[in-house]
Amino acid sequence: MSSVAVTAQTAGKGAARAAARRRAQGKASGSATRRAGWVVYLLLAIALVVSVFPLYFTLLLGSSDPVSIAQNAIPQWLPDASIFGQFQEVVTSDAINFWKALGNSVLIGVVCSASVVLFSTLAGYSFAKLSFRGRGPLLVFVIATMAVPTQLGIIPLYILMSEIGWYGKVQAVIIPGLVTAFGVFWMTQYLSEALPYELIEAARVDGASMIRTFWSVALPAALPAASMLGLFTFVQQWTNFFWPSIILTNENPTLPLVVRSLQANYFVDYSLVMGGIFLVTLPLLVLFAFVGRQLVAGIMAGAVKG
Amino acid sequence: MALLSPSKPAHARNGSERPPRRVGFSQRLGRLDVKVSPYLYISPFFLVFAVVGLFPLIYTAVVSVYDWNLLGGQGDFVGLQNYVDVLNQPLFWKSLVNTFSIFLLSSVPQVILAIVIAALLDQNLRAATFWRMGVLIPFVVAPVAVSMIFGRLFADQYGFINEILGLVGMDPVAWHGDRLASHVAIATMVNYRWTGYNALIFLAAMQAVPRELYEAAVIDGAGRVRQFFSVTVPQIRATIIFVVITSTIGGLQIFDEVRMFDAQGLGGPDRDWMTTVVYLYDVAWGNQKAFGRAAAVAWLLFLIIIVIGMINFLVTQRISTSGAKGPKVSRRQTRELIRQARAAGEVPAVAPASGSAGGPAPGTAPSTRRTAHPSDVSDHNHGEDAR
Repeated sequence: MSSVAVTAQTAGKGAARAAARRRAQGKASGSATRRAGWVVYLLLAIALVVSVFPLYFTLLLGSSDPVSIAQNAIPQWLPDASIFGQFQEVVTSDAINFWKALGNSVLIGVVCSASVVLFSTLAGYSFAKLSFRGRGPLLVFVIATMAVPTQLGIIPLYILMSEIGWYGKVQAVIIPGLVTAFGVFWMTQYLSEALPYELIEAARVDGASMIRTFWSVALPAALPAASMLGLFTFVQQWTNFFWPSIILTNENPTLPLVVRSLQANYFVDYSLVMGGIFLVTLPLLVLFAFVGRQLVAGIMAGAVKG
Repeated sequence: MALLSPSKPAHARNGSERPPRRVGFSQRLGRLDVKVSPYLYISPFFLVFAVVGLFPLIYTAVVSVYDWNLLGGQGDFVGLQNYVDVLNQPLFWKSLVNTFSIFLLSSVPQVILAIVIAALLDQNLRAATFWRMGVLIPFVVAPVAVSMIFGRLFADQYGFINEILGLVGMDPVAWHGDRLASHVAIATMVNYRWTGYNALIFLAAMQAVPRELYEAAVIDGAGRVRQFFSVTVPQIRATIIFVVITSTIGGLQIFDEVRMFDAQGLGGPDRDWMTTVVYLYDVAWGNQKAFGRAAAVAWLLFLIIIVIGMINFLVTQRISTSGAKGPKVSRRQTRELIRQARAAGEVPAVAPASGSAGGPAPGTAPSTRRTAHPSDVSDHNHGEDAR
């Protein structure tokens, strides 16, 4: 498990222990350390229901027939197996290229995540632990670019991609996602705290080259933060719509573009549209079920919106 | 910042004192390695960013002063004519009003709700990770999907929300017909996706607040609400500023949710919910195909974002520092608490009750906030080394 997760847990346990000790001493404990009352759980349960309900609702509509959807806000209260019929129709439909979109989304997500993690860790290591001329100003520049909405540069980006013949091609989405200022900033922050100079020194004294030192000392130390950064980037790329909707076509789409085609092609057949939306959302939900704990721990360690 | 130079091994340092010709090839290579490596490591980011981030943004300014068509390419130089054209378009102004309306309807409740949820999560909970993961679920749902799901929930006829309103005896709302109602619906989608995420960011900051401050507040007779406003809010000031600024940058660029709210994706028949980025899209890739004018829209929006970003930096700072006045904890007490926290290996996020004027810049906000955790992490790593 990542040490970030471990930290979060130990912090929690520490607080719990402190509370127990205080109780044992018979002192009045502060509200923050007292066991939460049922009102807190009730409110959180409401928040949880609000989080989950839209997805459940999608599942419900996806497993209803179009007629009952058209006449009822909630056609039925439990989803049934007919949702698989919708899934099947979505993946076999000629109009929306589901498999191609899935392939593209996986490709973009994996390549961009790997690239962002590698380059951010390299740059973060450099900014955090190496001394070189111009280090300060360059780091300030990286942080400043985080506040600049790069989305607004799409017109020249579109012209550029069209000029080199990448319109409609998946690399037009991959290339702009290869690095993020957030990633560099994030890894710099993490490594400056988490990687002791002694380790780097030891490797250098042992005669390791700079890149070898990075590979065998910095990279393992960066792993907890890097895994969170990778997940975060993957989610971002997977759900990205604005730029792909401009530069890609329906012949070579990503999953969010499939959702758009569903709305355009099957707008009348709500059950199919909703089934498709659920199907497209499913992979990320499954991923989240496995790695959500790490993502949460990563954000808890001080993540920021990229 | 003073830096050790740990990366220079002893033999390389000796080598630099000797005349270069007596240095062996591998040593010279080693010195070059030390000198060049940092630049090599940061270069991928700067190269790619220069091509896909910086160049487009600057070049947008160039495109905006030309008569530029999607099909015809670059045309005549027209100076600021594109800007004049855009500013004379009623639709541009309407889109701007829509953007601000949706932005305010989303950001304000979102930040407030996120702080409240964070405060709930900050209690001593059973299965804390479960609740945290629960509120983060919406974050993995694509905005496009969120938009279509909520488009159905907010359907004018047989929509779930209107049914609920009917149950409590209210008239159905024309979510796609009334301007304000459509803004509320779209803002709800944005809030759905981002509130939980922001709540976790606030939670991270809240957990760095020394628990002793709350105990001191309790001893001084502060209730939960008073504790929240007098201890929690001032303590997480830097994070509040950060979240407000990031949600501003995001909020002024709303596109996905609007694009998918109806089948046409252009903000309804009267453009009642067309935002500025959707307007930009329509000018560039819609019927007009006027890249020059769209680039002018982009730059105008960029300037607006910067101005708004600065304004709400100042405003947020004022609001959250005013909460720090008249602290319930005495200064001496606070200092003692900080000393204790330091001794325990924790450093509080913001020096409490300092009321310092110059707050941290937006970029540095998260760094001040997360100090408590990484120190733990590095301690943990030390432990591993020892083993």
